[in-house]
Amino acid sequence: MDAFEQLLKTFFDWKAMGAVVPNLLTVGLPNTLILAVSAGIIGSVLGMILAIMGISRNPLWRWIARIYTDIFRGLPAIVTILLIGIGLGPSVRQLTGSTNPFPLGVLALSLMAAAYIGEIFRSGIQSVEKGQLEASRALGFSYGTSMQLVVVPQGIRRVLPALVNQMISLIKDSSLIYLLGLLASQREIFRVGNDAAANSGNLSPLVAAGILYLVLTVPLTHLVNFIDNRLRTGRPEKLQPDEAAAVVGKGA
Amino acid sequence: MAEISSGTLTGKNLHLSFGPNHVLRGIDLHVEKGTTASVIGPSGSGKSTLLRVMNRLIEPDQGDILLDGKSVLTENPDQLRQRIGMVFQQFNLFQHKTVVENVSMALRKLRKVPKDQARVQALEQLDLVGLRHKADARPANLSGGQQQRVAIARALAMQPEVMFFDEATSALDPELVKGVLALMADLAKSGMTMVVVTHEMGFCRNVSDTVTFMDAGVVVETGSPDQLFTAPETDRLRGFLSDVL
Repeated sequence: MDAFEQLLKTFFDWKAMGAVVPNLLTVGLPNTLILAVSAGIIGSVLGMILAIMGISRNPLWRWIARIYTDIFRGLPAIVTILLIGIGLGPSVRQLTGSTNPFPLGVLALSLMAAAYIGEIFRSGIQSVEKGQLEASRALGFSYGTSMQLVVVPQGIRRVLPALVNQMISLIKDSSLIYLLGLLASQREIFRVGNDAAANSGNLSPLVAAGILYLVLTVPLTHLVNFIDNRLRTGRPEKLQPDEAAAVVGKGA
Repeated sequence: MAEISSGTLTGKNLHLSFGPNHVLRGIDLHVEKGTTASVIGPSGSGKSTLLRVMNRLIEPDQGDILLDGKSVLTENPDQLRQRIGMVFQQFNLFQHKTVVENVSMALRKLRKVPKDQARVQALEQLDLVGLRHKADARPANLSGGQQQRVAIARALAMQPEVMFFDEATSALDPELVKGVLALMADLAKSGMTMVVVTHEMGFCRNVSDTVTFMDAGVVVETGSPDQLFTAPETDRLRGFLSDVL
């Protein structure tokens, strides 16, 4: 029984947990969301550029996209974050006078996300049937406009589940930004929990941080499943009586 | 059908190769304004490729294409395609748009017709193909025959001078073929210039003004339907007809 109580006290010391909650919600949560969401948005924009380059007819563009993707997908997140976050620090200070590592953290996360998101977009765009582009061009749309109005929107729709997965990764990977040394007001969920755990000599605040991550990521996981299902089966539609009666000839 | 301003289309000595594969070997095709030309032949004979070359979805290696007597090869190909409507075997409706958006999209984005007005025009086109009541449905919820009629409405909305049909009924269930063929026959009667690549010999015989038989990238015979169907001159056409009739 002693061992059990010991475990309970180590991981679920309600008092230690309760003490860290305000800080987790007012400091950690907003910072984690800022990191993940801004990296997600910048990563999506860069990723779309990489995807368009990756399917370009110009081999130079394809090569650049390929090399970028190989590097940023192939490196461990922690290496990229340290190299970008610490390595670019002095140059940024010279140019802007800012010593704030937070934007560099966002940059590192964005560059990594772009490599993954670029591949997601590319596979989505390439999965759109050739006939869609052909039909658009036959109507008189240029290649660029056809891609913009017809091919890319359909490609993105198909990869929404993969994009949400990427968002989940970003939420988790944003915890690595703590390595750059953040001000107290800039700390994200993990760092807030970890600091409290170190101060109290008890792991419960870190468990609280973990629970907060799950509160963010688990609903997103279910969102993936929901979108996946919806894409597979289509929007539930009210059938008109004559259609409900005659299902013959309605392809899948 | 709405008022139609059709044009005369001529392909002259068209050549095209994909690598070592010589797909078109000097094709001549003349379609007089307001007439329907059927193109028949075994699969792989280059019929579908010919259509794509004549609206410059694929650029010919050699030869000329004339619309109303003027070469279109110097024109912007995107502009040319606005004058030639095309209907595909697999319909190719834009799956992420509703039926009416499929029909109005080119009007809005290429002709800069205001949204409301484009919708009204698109609904009129849908009326002509009997699918106004499906305006706000998604293509995936339509039968193949309905999708193909929407695809025809989409092409007609741009008021083209010529219409291309690339095996427009080949992917349809047998019971849905008739409706699409009837629509195509109506369109032909209304004075549209049409080039129809087809395996429907009945349509070919009863609706088209001329029939062109292609094999292995060349025109083997061309003439009136009566000529080709009752008095074929070559063994190749005789062989083909005995296979398909």
